[in-house]
Amino acid sequence: MTSRINWFKYSSPASFYPLAGKLIPAFFAVASLLAVCGLYIGFFVAPTDAQQGEAYRIIFIHVPAAWMSMFLYVVMAFWAGMGLAFNTRLSSMMASAIAPTGALMTFIALWTGALWGKPMWGAWWVWDARLTSELILLFLYLGFMSLQAAIDDPRRADKAGAVIALVGAVNVPIIYFSVQWWNTLHQGASVSLTRNPSMAATMLAGMLIMALAIWIYSIAVVLMRVRSVILERERNSDWVQELTEQQS
Amino acid sequence: MNWGSVSEFLAMGGYAGYVWGSFGITAACLVLEILLLKARRREAVRRVG
Repeated sequence: MTSRINWFKYSSPASFYPLAGKLIPAFFAVASLLAVCGLYIGFFVAPTDAQQGEAYRIIFIHVPAAWMSMFLYVVMAFWAGMGLAFNTRLSSMMASAIAPTGALMTFIALWTGALWGKPMWGAWWVWDARLTSELILLFLYLGFMSLQAAIDDPRRADKAGAVIALVGAVNVPIIYFSVQWWNTLHQGASVSLTRNPSMAATMLAGMLIMALAIWIYSIAVVLMRVRSVILERERNSDWVQELTEQQS
Repeated sequence: MNWGSVSEFLAMGGYAGYVWGSFGITAACLVLEILLLKARRREAVRRVG
């Protein structure tokens, strides 16, 4: 039996553009709702930590942002690689649209980490495996963005960016496993599939809901950005011109 | 409920600067990102027309 659904329909910018536009408000609404629930649990339901007092509440933003910084990098490298391999326009546009949000999540993870490290370790920053590899992740995002900005031809910029994105992907498992591979000040993984969580159920619930909120927020802002990238790159194409004629 | 009063909530057990510094800067970053995206979209739409 052959499928009559055209799975590739939304891989063209012309059909993806209106679809993304319709989805953005829904993603923002769900992200806001989840953030309200997550913050309520994080501040009013989750108990004070026995060792860290109230300072541990930074976890509700730190861990979701750190997860997101790594996850977005993998997604960015995937789309950049797809664009490089199959020369599909939308894939490379997705990679370009993800990079600034990935860099922002990395900055938030480092910033909240510094504000958590100071009261707990007595230092804003240490040159430790987890912190250093996360800082390298920030430089990879910034390197990808500045390389693309420096090349005028968008197709060549996509190819050059894809090489950085793919080579830099080696850093993601290094960040993730750094707390196991090296002696480090940073505590181990908060959540593991193979053992019971090392924290109270309400703390875990708050953290996971915040992670989901920041995930859906990231989808919303990346869709917003990719729509601008599409308009910027395809402004001379027929379908964009038709779009503006309809609106005016 | 963890907090007896609003001021107790704001004090965060003595870690107010660290906790609110984390959440405040994060909120500011997200708001800034959305504002920059709206500006970029306005500019992209203007250049198409």
